[in-house]
Amino acid sequence: MNQKRLSIALAGNPNSGKTTIFNNMTGTRQKVGNWPGVTVEKKEGHVKKFGYDLKIIDLPGTYSLTPFTIEEIIARDFVLEERPDVVIDIIDASNLERSLYLATQFREIDCKVLFALNMADVARSRGLKIDGKKLSELLDVPVVFTVGNKNQGIDTLLEKAIELAESNYEIPQKRRVKYSKDIENSISSLKSFLENWTQGSIPYSSRWTAIKLLEDDKIVKKRVLNKAGENSREILQQARTHRDFLVDRFDDDPEIVMTDERYGFIAGIIKEVLTASTKQRIDISRNIDLFLTNRFLGFPIFIFFIWAMFQLTFSLGAYPMEWIDLGVSFVSKSLAHVLPNNLFKDFLLDGVIAGVGSVAIFLPNILILFFCIAIFEDTGYMSRAAFLMDKIMHLIGLHGKSFIPMLMGFGCNVPAIMASRTLESEKDRTLTILITPFMSCSAKLPVYIVLAGAFFGARAGTVIFGIYLAGIILSIVTGRLFRSTLLRGADAPFVMELPPYRAPMIKSLLIHMWDRSKIFLKKMGGVILAGSVVVWILSAFPHNILYSLDYNSEIAKVKASYNAEIETARESDKKRLAKKRDVAIAELIKAKKAEKAEKSFMGRIGKMLAPVFAPIGIDWRGSIALLTGFVAKEIVVSTMGILYAADETDDSAALKNALLSSGMTPLGALAMMVFVLLYMPCLATVAAIRRETGSFKWMIFSIVYSTSLAWIVSFCIYHGGTILLA
Amino acid sequence: MLLSNLKENQTARIVHIGGNGALRRRILEMGLIKGSEVYVEKYAPLKDPIELIVKGYHVSLRVEEAAQITVDNVK
Repeated sequence: MNQKRLSIALAGNPNSGKTTIFNNMTGTRQKVGNWPGVTVEKKEGHVKKFGYDLKIIDLPGTYSLTPFTIEEIIARDFVLEERPDVVIDIIDASNLERSLYLATQFREIDCKVLFALNMADVARSRGLKIDGKKLSELLDVPVVFTVGNKNQGIDTLLEKAIELAESNYEIPQKRRVKYSKDIENSISSLKSFLENWTQGSIPYSSRWTAIKLLEDDKIVKKRVLNKAGENSREILQQARTHRDFLVDRFDDDPEIVMTDERYGFIAGIIKEVLTASTKQRIDISRNIDLFLTNRFLGFPIFIFFIWAMFQLTFSLGAYPMEWIDLGVSFVSKSLAHVLPNNLFKDFLLDGVIAGVGSVAIFLPNILILFFCIAIFEDTGYMSRAAFLMDKIMHLIGLHGKSFIPMLMGFGCNVPAIMASRTLESEKDRTLTILITPFMSCSAKLPVYIVLAGAFFGARAGTVIFGIYLAGIILSIVTGRLFRSTLLRGADAPFVMELPPYRAPMIKSLLIHMWDRSKIFLKKMGGVILAGSVVVWILSAFPHNILYSLDYNSEIAKVKASYNAEIETARESDKKRLAKKRDVAIAELIKAKKAEKAEKSFMGRIGKMLAPVFAPIGIDWRGSIALLTGFVAKEIVVSTMGILYAADETDDSAALKNALLSSGMTPLGALAMMVFVLLYMPCLATVAAIRRETGSFKWMIFSIVYSTSLAWIVSFCIYHGGTILLA
Repeated sequence: MLLSNLKENQTARIVHIGGNGALRRRILEMGLIKGSEVYVEKYAPLKDPIELIVKGYHVSLRVEEAAQITVDNVK
């Protein structure tokens, strides 16, 4: 059966519950990506209802349709150019007056639009009564009441949308936004002018085009120029004349006056449509904020929530991380038994599976972090966090909303950078993304623990805390620096709604969490896997190495000599001797591995780069370790383990001893820790930076800036320290 | 009087929105227009930003942004 297809666009203010409705309509049948050429999320989904195949597009949430912010441009262009069959404007019923500002603009475009008065239950409980029929009459738009997070009214909404789409809709002349006399005169005059001079070459309603020209809408002006050909100059000249007249008449820009008048028109509608109960109802949201943004309690409670988020991420996350670890090594060991010993086996086990393992091990932390973010966002607490933190963030040159993304950086930089999408201004987003890597992520901690533990003993904890603090301080300094140089410009407005608190739907939270995690797996996962394989290749080749010692025959000799001794020894001595034999063999194997690492391509590159690292007190082994850290910071420790011929486990005493006897000094260790803190972020983070800034330019800048800063600061510490201590 | 001079729990009516560009547009599209009544709900713990109630909903803005808005009828 051939089902009829329709496209439906969902629009509305931020916090109107649009996303919940979208999720309810489309469930898991949604596709998340970006609008072409920008880093604004695009969501599309499908649902089959009433015999139709409906494509639902979730437009960015906006308060208006001016041509100024990227979200507004996307939303408006989609309606004008892609021409969906129907637009559903999702309105927060408790916020009717402000919401109608956007709604009336859709009405003016003369597209097929219907209103969903969402969260009708909350409005009711606040004593607000809306006469849906009257509203529908006054604006000539179908109105449906919905409760998105209880899945009520959605079917009716779709039914009405289909009805509207299929109807022969004629642009009603009477029921529309009416402006004051002078403006209406200008509009009509310009409208006729347009109709005479363009004869339909402009695909928008002539009244709407006239209005936009009077508002000096630069995008519409450009389109008129393109489409009206030679007549466009005349048209724009006419528009200019009318504009000048109105500016003179009102002593203000027409678009400002029209905004005022739109709200006046809306106020008239509200009077007829909305009745607020005189009984003083309890406003739960406001009561909650008595605590959450309280002068004394606000911050402690905020710190508690943050602590809880990290507790959840690391404590709860530790279990699945362990299972994944076990799972991966189980697969690895099983295959090790089954496969013949050859190069392909090494490639599969040490390259591919180890690579996949290093991606998979991130997953629990990522999922939990995204889930916590979804809770903050869906409940409405996120805006309170921005409200509390804005003063501090603003001093750094950032927006209050930057705080939570940056904070997440202490867990993992990748979701932190992805979370920076909540920032509206591109400059704010870019700045946040550039300084988030200085929030020392959890993968770097093992490095600090090993180095600080080896060289600073009892004071290790203090030193590590100092490192974290240094990261924070440098991010603030960098932020201020960039804000006044590269990312200069006026601050983006902070003006931000504090939406009522809502109980989030589990389904919605899970979809949020999964959407973002999927992006992590697909985009970053591929990159990490590729990086791991490359590291493996560089470490495994050249395959035939000229060893300084014939290890295999040495091992055989040791085995033979010990075994001979064991044969003739007393029973009580046999165990002790066997142990000694195993230790001796293990030592030889470790030395062999260390030499292999040294002589592989990776080792040679590291040795070539050693002169770069020498001035900051890092030897060739450290250089190699830092190089492998490009893939993932945890690998730094395991690489050091191999190179120092210690065990491959993280904080074994063997590694610490090996480090101590390698000639590294405490100052050198400190320099290395600072280098790890600051230098270029891991592959996944680099990929995230590219994705979220939408350009290679910032990605490369980030790599260059962070590595240079790392080198300079390490240099200062190493030499400055040497001078101080001398 | 400027909106930024108001204290917690005071009400006022907006007379004029100053400034230009992005901030002014944003203030207007959020419903802070001439004639709107605003109620100062609270100041943030660090004394900035301010939380207001206007047109039946809660909105916050920085003190420096509120300084662009002139009000009268202060109660």
